[in-house]
Amino acid sequence: MAITTTVPRDLDAVVGAPMSYWRTVGWRLARDRVTLIAGGVLLLVALSAVLAPWLAPYDPNAGSIRLRLAPVGAPGHVLGTDEQGRDMLTRLLWGGRMTLIAGLTPVLVAFVIGTALGVVAGYIGGVTNTLVMRTMDIFYAFPAVLLAIAISGALGPGLPNTLISLSIVFIPRVVRVAESATVQVKGLEYIGAARASGSGVGDIVRHHLLANVLGPILVFASTQVSLSIILAAGLSFLGLGVTPPAAEWGLMLNTLRQSIYVNAVVPALPGLAIFVTSMAFNLLSDGLRDAMEIRA
Amino acid sequence: MRATPLLRARDLRKHFPLRGGVLQRTYAWVRAVDGVSFDVYPGETLGVVGESGCGKSTLARLILRLIEPDAGTLHFGDEDVAAASPGRMKRLRRDMQLVFQDPYASLNPRLTIEDAVGFSLLVHGTPRAQARDRARALLSRVGLEPRLYGRRYPHELSGGQRQRVNIARALVLDPKLLVLDEPVSALDKSVQAQVLNLLTDLKVERSLTYVFISHDLNVIEYVSDRVLVMYLGEVVETGTADELAQSPKHPYTQALFASAPSLDPDHRMERPPISGDPPNPIDPPSGCRFRTRCAFAMPRCAETPPASRAVGATHAVACYLYESGAVVDARVTTSPIV
Repeated sequence: MAITTTVPRDLDAVVGAPMSYWRTVGWRLARDRVTLIAGGVLLLVALSAVLAPWLAPYDPNAGSIRLRLAPVGAPGHVLGTDEQGRDMLTRLLWGGRMTLIAGLTPVLVAFVIGTALGVVAGYIGGVTNTLVMRTMDIFYAFPAVLLAIAISGALGPGLPNTLISLSIVFIPRVVRVAESATVQVKGLEYIGAARASGSGVGDIVRHHLLANVLGPILVFASTQVSLSIILAAGLSFLGLGVTPPAAEWGLMLNTLRQSIYVNAVVPALPGLAIFVTSMAFNLLSDGLRDAMEIRA
Repeated sequence: MRATPLLRARDLRKHFPLRGGVLQRTYAWVRAVDGVSFDVYPGETLGVVGESGCGKSTLARLILRLIEPDAGTLHFGDEDVAAASPGRMKRLRRDMQLVFQDPYASLNPRLTIEDAVGFSLLVHGTPRAQARDRARALLSRVGLEPRLYGRRYPHELSGGQRQRVNIARALVLDPKLLVLDEPVSALDKSVQAQVLNLLTDLKVERSLTYVFISHDLNVIEYVSDRVLVMYLGEVVETGTADELAQSPKHPYTQALFASAPSLDPDHRMERPPISGDPPNPIDPPSGCRFRTRCAFAMPRCAETPPASRAVGATHAVACYLYESGAVVDARVTTSPIV
């Protein structure tokens, strides 16, 4: 029985080329309103952080004792002033820089190191796997906050140390996801088929393995950004992160908390900023996961 | 028989360790393939049949050296496959290809099908444009118009279409031997027929040699010249497809053929000719491995495993019933195997 596909003569005119994978992802994202809004919010936050020196109406560290704890809407200070009389809008804009750096950098570092470790452990297996994964389990055994506090406490306060300690918190999580994805993909028959046709380890890892595990790891990492923002804010809150007088949302929350009975709205503003930003990251990663899914 | 065999396997053995505990110590071995010998002659189709878990797929992976044998030798032409250096092995892999069972797991979801087919060529140093042209030509040969399907992803195709892609991918390196591991088991009957016919045509067209693994006797009978019957990692009977269909010797082969459903209502079975699951390959029965399910088991069956002996020019069986030379047809002497 011969198998033939009847092909219309003007085939190329009838069907365009099928959409490439990334175009499909873009097409899906363009139809997902929640993800678009979350992305828009993040873009605004990022832009305002980058452009803070030009957007901010005042010097972030210059206060005026006479204008302490001005309420929202006070003349000249749209979002009021903090306990030292510094303009809140200015400090929120500048604080966004620190918060975004503290949220993104550790996750990025953990994504690179964690993926490498997880893929190596998963692909090689055996003793290597046991060594890597059990070491990660030791870190994983501590609650994230406790581990971050312990490492920051040992290293001392300051932004670089915060970034190091948060990276260490996130590496084991990424390794776990990367390892389990690698082990799962490694067992699939198309890896065997690639080996059977003579592909070397490099080709297999690059074209067959990474192409299929990077997506899930990236989505997982993006969910961790919001946690990193909150942890960084928490470290600053405890005095282990960014040091005063620098503006950082968590630190601002800490210094303003004593004023909450004087003026309840102004101290809530940095908290609101943290909430909105981390929420937007979570929604964005949810949307990315849905859009990047390969539907069978 | 005919010329020199294309593939010659002697006493192939693969035992998988079962590890457990903190120290990952081996506490048992699964005897997946235990002393299997066979020849494959150029241009023939060797069918390998047996229940699931009898070591058929392990055998396929041993032939391709996707896993290393624990013992035994495997020669492809003059080349010792097990001893080949990585460089030689890469060359050898062009001559032997594998078509997998699961049409869903065997294609990379991130590669378009023309890239999936052309990938092996790139690995072997073919320029990109040329690899794409070869891939498109093969896709069109297996019945997938490259302009319609070439840039599609596997999840956009049906099971039968994916299996065609798998066949195209296996053929793109112009192999001499194709090992087909249950290539149609996951497909509907009608699609099975299409794929089997495609395989038959391709075999003639490209003078291929097939090792065709299946649990489906109808399929095996249809495609094979010679058949290898496996039970728990061992070969119990070999012969031409006709010999096995018309006069199966080993009680297991008889049971297999008796249990194949018949289309004739007058030949419906009253009770199944064989029942239960095969014993655990971790701890197989002593002597003949089939004795625990065999109606003709004798005391000596438990002692030493029966050696394979010839019962015809091309027919051999490993069973004590045929030892004395006085060939008994077990089917007519007593009731069917329970």
